Amino acid sequence: MKKSSSRRDFLKLFGFTISSAAIAASCKRPVQNAIPYVIQPPEITPGKSLFYSTSYFDGHEYSSILVKTRDGRPIKIEGNALSLFNKEGTTARVQASVLSLYDDARLKYPTIDNIQASWTSVDDQIIKKLSEINSEAGEIVLLSSTIISPTTIKLINEFGARFNKFRWVQYDAFSYSAILEANLQCFGKSVIPDYHFNNAGFLVSLNADFLGTWISPVHFIPKYTSGRKPENREKGMLRHVHFESGMTLTGSNADKRIKIRPSEEKQILIELYNRIEAGINGSEFTGISGRVNLSELADNLIASRGKSIVVSGTNNVEIQIIVNGINFLLGNYTDCIDLNRHINIAAGIDNKIEELVNDLDSGKVNALLMYNINPLYDYPASDKFLSGLGKAGLTVNMSCSLNETVGKAKYECPVNHYLESWNDAEIIPGQLSLGQPCINPLFDTRSFQDSLLKWSGNMVSWHDYLMANWEKEYFTGSGFSVFSKFWDTSLGKGVFDYNIAEKKTLSINSELLSRIINSSDSVKTDGFEVVIYESVSLGTGMHVNNPWLMELPDPVSRHCWDNVAAISPSDAERLNIITGQLIKIGDNLVLPAFIQPGQAEGTLSVALGYGHTNSGPVGNNIGLNVYPFIEFKGGTRNYGFVTDTLENTNKQSELALTQVHNSMEGRPIVRETVLSKYRNNPSSGNELHEEYESKHRTLYPEVNYDGFHWGLSIDLNACVGCNSCVIACQAENNIPVVGKEEVRKRRIMHWIKIDRYYSDTPDDPKVYFQPLTCQHCDNAPCENVCPVSATNHSSEGLNQMSYNRCIGTKYCINNCPYKVRRFNWFRYTNNKAFDFNTVSDLGKMVLNPDVTVRERGVVEKCSFCVQRIQEKKLQAKLENRTLKDFEIKTACMQACPSGAIVFGNLKDKESKVSQLFENPRSYHLLEELHTLPSVGYLTKVWNDEEIES
Amino acid sequence: MYNRKIRGPLVEGNKTLSQISKEILNPMETTPGLWWYIAFGISLIAALFGFYAIYITVSKGIGTWGVNNSVGWGWEIVNFVWWIGIGHAGTAFSIFLLILRQKWRTSINRAAEAMTVIAVMSAALFPALHMGRVWLAFYIFPYPNTRGPLWVNFNSPLFWDFIAITAYLLISISFWYLGMLPDFATIRDRTTSKIKKAIYGFFGMGWTGSSLHWIRYESLSFILGGIAAVLVVSVHSIVSTDFAVGIIPGWHTTLFPPYFVVGAIFSGFAMVMTLMVIVRKIYKLTEYVTDNHMDAIARILVFISLIMGTAYSTEVFIAWYSGNEYEMFTFFRNRITGEYTIQFWGMIICNALVPQLFWIKKVRRSWIGLLLVSLIINLGMWFERFNIVITSLSKDYLPSNWVSYNPTYIEVGVYAGTLGLFAAGVLLFFRYIPIMAISEVKSVVNIGDKKED
Repeated sequence: MKKSSSRRDFLKLFGFTISSAAIAASCKRPVQNAIPYVIQPPEITPGKSLFYSTSYFDGHEYSSILVKTRDGRPIKIEGNALSLFNKEGTTARVQASVLSLYDDARLKYPTIDNIQASWTSVDDQIIKKLSEINSEAGEIVLLSSTIISPTTIKLINEFGARFNKFRWVQYDAFSYSAILEANLQCFGKSVIPDYHFNNAGFLVSLNADFLGTWISPVHFIPKYTSGRKPENREKGMLRHVHFESGMTLTGSNADKRIKIRPSEEKQILIELYNRIEAGINGSEFTGISGRVNLSELADNLIASRGKSIVVSGTNNVEIQIIVNGINFLLGNYTDCIDLNRHINIAAGIDNKIEELVNDLDSGKVNALLMYNINPLYDYPASDKFLSGLGKAGLTVNMSCSLNETVGKAKYECPVNHYLESWNDAEIIPGQLSLGQPCINPLFDTRSFQDSLLKWSGNMVSWHDYLMANWEKEYFTGSGFSVFSKFWDTSLGKGVFDYNIAEKKTLSINSELLSRIINSSDSVKTDGFEVVIYESVSLGTGMHVNNPWLMELPDPVSRHCWDNVAAISPSDAERLNIITGQLIKIGDNLVLPAFIQPGQAEGTLSVALGYGHTNSGPVGNNIGLNVYPFIEFKGGTRNYGFVTDTLENTNKQSELALTQVHNSMEGRPIVRETVLSKYRNNPSSGNELHEEYESKHRTLYPEVNYDGFHWGLSIDLNACVGCNSCVIACQAENNIPVVGKEEVRKRRIMHWIKIDRYYSDTPDDPKVYFQPLTCQHCDNAPCENVCPVSATNHSSEGLNQMSYNRCIGTKYCINNCPYKVRRFNWFRYTNNKAFDFNTVSDLGKMVLNPDVTVRERGVVEKCSFCVQRIQEKKLQAKLENRTLKDFEIKTACMQACPSGAIVFGNLKDKESKVSQLFENPRSYHLLEELHTLPSVGYLTKVWNDEEIES
Repeated sequence: MYNRKIRGPLVEGNKTLSQISKEILNPMETTPGLWWYIAFGISLIAALFGFYAIYITVSKGIGTWGVNNSVGWGWEIVNFVWWIGIGHAGTAFSIFLLILRQKWRTSINRAAEAMTVIAVMSAALFPALHMGRVWLAFYIFPYPNTRGPLWVNFNSPLFWDFIAITAYLLISISFWYLGMLPDFATIRDRTTSKIKKAIYGFFGMGWTGSSLHWIRYESLSFILGGIAAVLVVSVHSIVSTDFAVGIIPGWHTTLFPPYFVVGAIFSGFAMVMTLMVIVRKIYKLTEYVTDNHMDAIARILVFISLIMGTAYSTEVFIAWYSGNEYEMFTFFRNRITGEYTIQFWGMIICNALVPQLFWIKKVRRSWIGLLLVSLIINLGMWFERFNIVITSLSKDYLPSNWVSYNPTYIEVGVYAGTLGLFAAGVLLFFRYIPIMAISEVKSVVNIGDKKED
């Protein structure tokens, strides 16, 4: 037999090999099911975003907002342009709040004694206990955060009316009690006034960080910056003098910053009052002069009488009364300070909460219902509160997310996130806004109001209750014929404004005032006075488990993931302390030191909000909690304490700093001028721009753009450095959080960062903020060095990144003179080592489907929000029209409360950004390198002038 | 022509031709001493550590290194340039001396070329590893593809780099291999082991030593030498454009191409010297690599050292003369003074000052002196690359981006790994390839003799 193989054998073998290879190769791939709607909701088009208006209020901060939802998921927060209160602006904390919706540390079901229970059993037991307590004439107390929802207030009153003894106490972690009380004592109104910085010509602020945290930065920033436009020749530019101990955002922006110890404040205000009083009366000032020379300041204030504002952020009734006195003396209550349309941001009175805690401790309270508060973390005497809690017969806690108070009450009734709830809010009398759910509750939670309705035996739902109340209260006089139309319109717009009665003339309690003016406190000159403040990133600390906020650097110190003790350079030198060294303040507070230029000698500043023990994986055990160091003094909580000892432990800790060099080294990076020079020559301080423009030569043909050439202008005079754009960008562009260790290694991923520079002396520095993002250079150094053309130039002037193509040589990072490119050093998604919000399915729901999640090993950077450009271009094309200016807004521009960032088409000579590029103040960063950036900056103008009478 | 009366014989000791074959092949034909196994073990351990570091780098990411948002290139690029520089010596040595008909190269060129090949391979590891997505490294090949087709960016120095290094490596290997043909044939003919006969016979490519073979061999040597001579100059010039094309102060300078080529030859010659000092000591080959040879290399080094010193001062002078504040900062406040003074002054001392010791004949003639100075030069050249790559990046235009850079043990591990690989490669070379070109040495045994009468 022949032993060779035939063609037939070959085909057999061939067929067998191919088919077995095919079977072996077809390994099972993971199946991902896309489940279609059974009944498609008419308003949802997959791939299209829907915007719902709602209201953000967490008990501490308010904004009327639009929520961008994609396929039923809220993914981004934007300011509601129709709101009179905050316009389109938002703060970083509001921007980040969407991530808290998808927090794994949220409470997911009701519990009884920390064991999961059903709502029915919880309700039955609570209703039974409440009626028992009521029948025994026991006291029922509702302890809540400040509530500004008029319908909820009505509901609480109705709920309380059912019981014989009911008390409702509002509690603020950061108290504005002194302002409320001072206004009550002076004017008979327990309110926080609205300050119209835009109407003022002269502003004196003391320890009030109104651009960072105080009352409502999102409301104050646009007013402040619109008052400080150098172009506005008729009205003049607001001049700002600031007194403070620590270096805050507000102090950094002031034209003149004066360092004081907290104990000096009262004396300064008394002297100022006396000087102004003498000045107005035309008499000579005869009182005692303090360390700070106030005569010029008093003269300036008198000169701009009626157009000036004095504010103090100190939670001390006497200080607030003197401030009221000065403002009253200057007649500022007419145009600049509004007691009538006041800001309802806080209603907590410190005395009342003290009283409640004492009653709790003595067992006088029988039932305690807690809503949206965390006293076991942020009440200074939390131990006392805890022991009192044990003495109440019924304890119910209603919280959205895990915190230190959760688990301490018998009943845990988790509430919805605000994006899952109906609500309304009246931030300023006459300025109402509605809140609507943008997603079904993710967990087995229930709104606080629904719980109250249930427990009061009322069977209507909170939604119906809310509508009924609006129909009753606001429908009449709204001009609508049908309520449903009124409701739909208000819901659509998110806001509803109505007129309120005009204000009456004010009179001040002058007897009280003169008694305080004539009192005196000793000024402390030795030891250290510690200032306890809210940080811009974390505020009171209630959002500490939000990784975006945790990694948001403080705008002034530029550190994150820790709280530090800021110490002045001269004290540090005297005590031989370096940044990062652990120092022992008093007996039991050990914190890393941070040498803060501009910190007043003899003072330390420590931020609130850190040191959580039960807030979830991100916030736990980061920094130290300084709430216990707050003293209750003179009827209010005093945010500071005094210590005589400061000890250097000589132990070193490494801080997560995002910027380590503070000086511009004399380079023309932030160009500045003063108002008087600006008036003579608008391009003063910017002479270099003209010089470089005139030397503009190139061997190569200049790029010509046909339709669009996108550009961005940043007004350094308007930017206050609030960090809102940073978080807006992070939310829009799926930017990962990298954690403390990676930030220490200088690998923070933010696409836009706000550089902060100091000039002059470390003891008394001038501070500059400069938002820095990709400059989209027309002559980009990064583009020609990429070996695989992964970064290239679009026909619309965008410097674009193709992630798919990038092999990660990092050459572009090195060759970028602005160093705005970021590298994915690790895989930040689905990586247990970076378990922030891109590991769990829940956390990933916040991702923007329009933006690629980047793989490890690729370079990324600002894209000018190219997904937004494309979306609007497509829309315009479908509607067969040209794009309008301001139709496309980058995330940073949209979030900016001061309007400092303007994006648009440079080819369109009518566009705002083109005009700003023509502004004599406009320049490009490092323009001498001839990189031809598409980002322009406008010079910073300081107001050096004395106010003209 | 060469006069051995004046300049000494090229090979000392009146060797017969068979003695030469025997002595040069001695390391291959005898079992190595204990030192060889110890050295090989140590290099393998270092190489294993390197492989571990590479494994971590590739599996976890570049984040395991110390590089950051501002300093995108760290030790890996420093080491890359350093190795490429060392990899210059062999070919430069052979080619330039071949073209200049300097016969004293014969006993050194083989080892120098072997060193080149191993060093260039070590160097090539780094550009691959420093990629964020090394598995897509093939994107850098310019070939028609189904991705568009997407072509590489012909403007990018990194692409030029890739081409230059590949070309250089190929030519170096060819040139090295060509030189070994007659020697492989010699081994084939001498060995009694059948396996060795088969292997060396295969690599000997049927060399018989006929005149025709020799004629072709000679002409091919010259052709390859000519090509390689160009590449020696081009490869490091192109590596220098990685920096010179950049916009970063301290990088953006036209001085770089010549400065890099000279620097590379400097470090390469230093490495050749280190190696030869050890080889002639251990294998007792002082009669082949004579003191005169070492003296000649030392003279070249002292000359190049002067060029380096000039280049360094030119750089600093131009930074000052340009009046450019960024350049001024980089040179005067971040190198001469500031955070990186150790690296800067280390560079100056090691490269420009210490080699001046070679003016002294005693140093040129002492093996300790030669070894120490050559090692110091290699350290200095590492400092030079550190200066260029890292000091420039750490503090460039915007002070807000200024950072410091510190390597992690992973980066150090990769470097240690390449050192281990290099040492292991050289040790294997000693055992399996004749460390000198036997045929060429034989050709210079009696050179200059005839002039005696």
